[in-house]
Amino acid sequence: MTGVFDRAAGEVAGQKKILPGKPRIAVGLATCGIAVGGEKVYERLQEIIKKTDADISLTKTGCIGYCREEPLVNITIPGKPLVILHKVTEEDAEGIVEAVKKGTVPYKKALCRVPSWDHVTGTVITYGNGFDEIPLYADVPFFKHQKKVILRNAGFINPEDIDEYLAVGGYATAEQALTRMDSETIISEVEKSGLRGRGGAGFPTGMKWRITRDAPGAAKYIICNADEGDPGAYMNRNEMESDPHMLIEGMIIGAYAMGAKKGLIYIRAEYPLAIRRLVHAIGEARALGLLGKNIIGAGFDFDIRIATGAGAFVCGESTALVASIEGRTGRPHPRPPRLTDPGGGLWGIPSDLNNVETWCNIPVIIRNGSGWYAKIGAEKNAGTKVFSLVGKVDRVGLVEVPLGTSLNTIVCDIGNGGAQGKKVKAVQTGGPSGGCIPVRLFDTPVNYESLNAVGSIMGSGGIVVMDEDTDMVDIARYFINFATGESCGKCVPCREGLRHTLILLNRLIARKGTAKDLETLALLADTIKNTSLCGLGQSAPNPVLTTLAYFREEYDALVKP
Amino acid sequence: MEEKTLEEIIARYDSPTGKVLGILGDIQRSEGYIPRETLEMLSVKIDVRISQLYSIVTFYSFFSLKPVGEHVITICMGTACHVRGAVGVLDALESLLDIHGDTTEDGKFSVTTKDNKFTVEIARCFGACSMAPVLQIDGTLYGYANPDTLPAILEQYGWRAA
Repeated sequence: MTGVFDRAAGEVAGQKKILPGKPRIAVGLATCGIAVGGEKVYERLQEIIKKTDADISLTKTGCIGYCREEPLVNITIPGKPLVILHKVTEEDAEGIVEAVKKGTVPYKKALCRVPSWDHVTGTVITYGNGFDEIPLYADVPFFKHQKKVILRNAGFINPEDIDEYLAVGGYATAEQALTRMDSETIISEVEKSGLRGRGGAGFPTGMKWRITRDAPGAAKYIICNADEGDPGAYMNRNEMESDPHMLIEGMIIGAYAMGAKKGLIYIRAEYPLAIRRLVHAIGEARALGLLGKNIIGAGFDFDIRIATGAGAFVCGESTALVASIEGRTGRPHPRPPRLTDPGGGLWGIPSDLNNVETWCNIPVIIRNGSGWYAKIGAEKNAGTKVFSLVGKVDRVGLVEVPLGTSLNTIVCDIGNGGAQGKKVKAVQTGGPSGGCIPVRLFDTPVNYESLNAVGSIMGSGGIVVMDEDTDMVDIARYFINFATGESCGKCVPCREGLRHTLILLNRLIARKGTAKDLETLALLADTIKNTSLCGLGQSAPNPVLTTLAYFREEYDALVKP
Repeated sequence: MEEKTLEEIIARYDSPTGKVLGILGDIQRSEGYIPRETLEMLSVKIDVRISQLYSIVTFYSFFSLKPVGEHVITICMGTACHVRGAVGVLDALESLLDIHGDTTEDGKFSVTTKDNKFTVEIARCFGACSMAPVLQIDGTLYGYANPDTLPAILEQYGWRAA
């Protein structure tokens, strides 16, 4: 049933859930939290609360990003700061409930306290003061250098309850856009904000929106790319699992601006929880009149559908992605026609395709204004970006920083350098299309241009740390093996070139290679890069080219007699 | 797969958008692989040529045409898992289960034990990189996997050391 959207009612209901006037315990239940026992912690807490008849509200939340410390549990006691407990186990549950009943928290388990939290879109939740012995959120080294814009709600609200999203300013922007703004104003705001595509290519989002809107024909599609195919990147998963309504709100605003009545989220089948939460969130939004006919009472129809991918890296390429949604093998075709062209999009209809995180940026840009947004980040690189900092780094997790932040800050200050005291040797950014950047270039600011200049790419935001034990030639082989398997087989340079690159690398690693092989390797990589049909082939040699450039000695060592 | 079950799956898709991959995904999840008879039945029911369905099933790594054992173990071979020793986990698993597959890291790796108890497969990335290396058994994720912790995990699924 579709009602008339009543944001205020939901907002009040949500506030009562976030600050229920009695203790609230929220367990971090994103995929990562569940896998390390979060669900068991939740069940045990539930059992104890029931058994002891404690007046405590128990709920779930998403992930704040400090994955190394999971399972994380938030405790809110009226008038006191929100306290985040870390590495919580089932055995801790009884102690937690006991402490909370006495109006306190188990200090030994406390990671940090949050006296108030800015949800950025106009809402600050004030929790309270006290528990001074527990470190402040802003003093925790992992959080200190971060700026939460996209992850502003992650780990604070229940992602399965639309009321809590409404309570932190959710859908206020969609309401504002649909009732008080026109298409031109919205698109112009997105253009002025300087937002660039977060899927990796960095194309100006506002420009893409304008092209789509102005494409001939009344029908338009908007598509969200949630296929997150880069191994080592999982920020989109967390964005959808921890705050699915943020994505939906971004798509509503975009649909209205571009005049699209149909939206589609193309999501990978390997993310069952994200799919479940999105399906649930879409249902909630429909029930409140935020999707469907005459949404927000503004006389505009829009709905979102979900389509699942099936594991093909090449489907990150726009034409391959559309082929996949239409039920074909995901093989790219030369562009034009682009997706935004008549005949080029989904079922031939002009379509706008943006990454999950790009959509997630929209509400905050429209809400706080392009001027506010453009001030975050660096020149031509506005805004923040979420990175998955993984591999052999001490503090593993999701990190959100303004664009232009140096690799040093991300890997050393936030990540605390190598795991187990090992020396960091390099990072690999941008997934299989990216390159390896040596530690001596860690003053490189992380923005689209600087990463390209050192031979890598931004990609979707995976940063995989490698330490002194990592064999860089093996890493190059790993990526070439990946790309070989993922090559769709349509063009020769990619299909054959990568296969031969892999043969060469295998030969080198088996110590059967020669200096001539190294020359051939470099030449082949260059040829594939320059002659492949689509982005997959054009970027696939990057791991080889960068390791050859920065870690040549490791290759040379393999060909010495 | 029963004809009725297949019809129920097809009925979930009321629009051609995302339909074919969606149906195949549901079959894969329900059966652990895509049986040939089901594919033939599907071809007739949704009027898509079997050759086209076959090309889709072999193109995407999520689908498998090989029957699987009672429990499916999927090892993540994402970048984070790779640098943190996923290959060693796979080797250890092969030796514990006494199976020897073609150790190519492409998504179609699938080996089943002789007693049909376990099938080992490889995934590109579960997006659970923070607790690499990761493996999944029948849908449950296990993080920080290493050769030493494997036996205890496998025992939960009825494995006993020889």
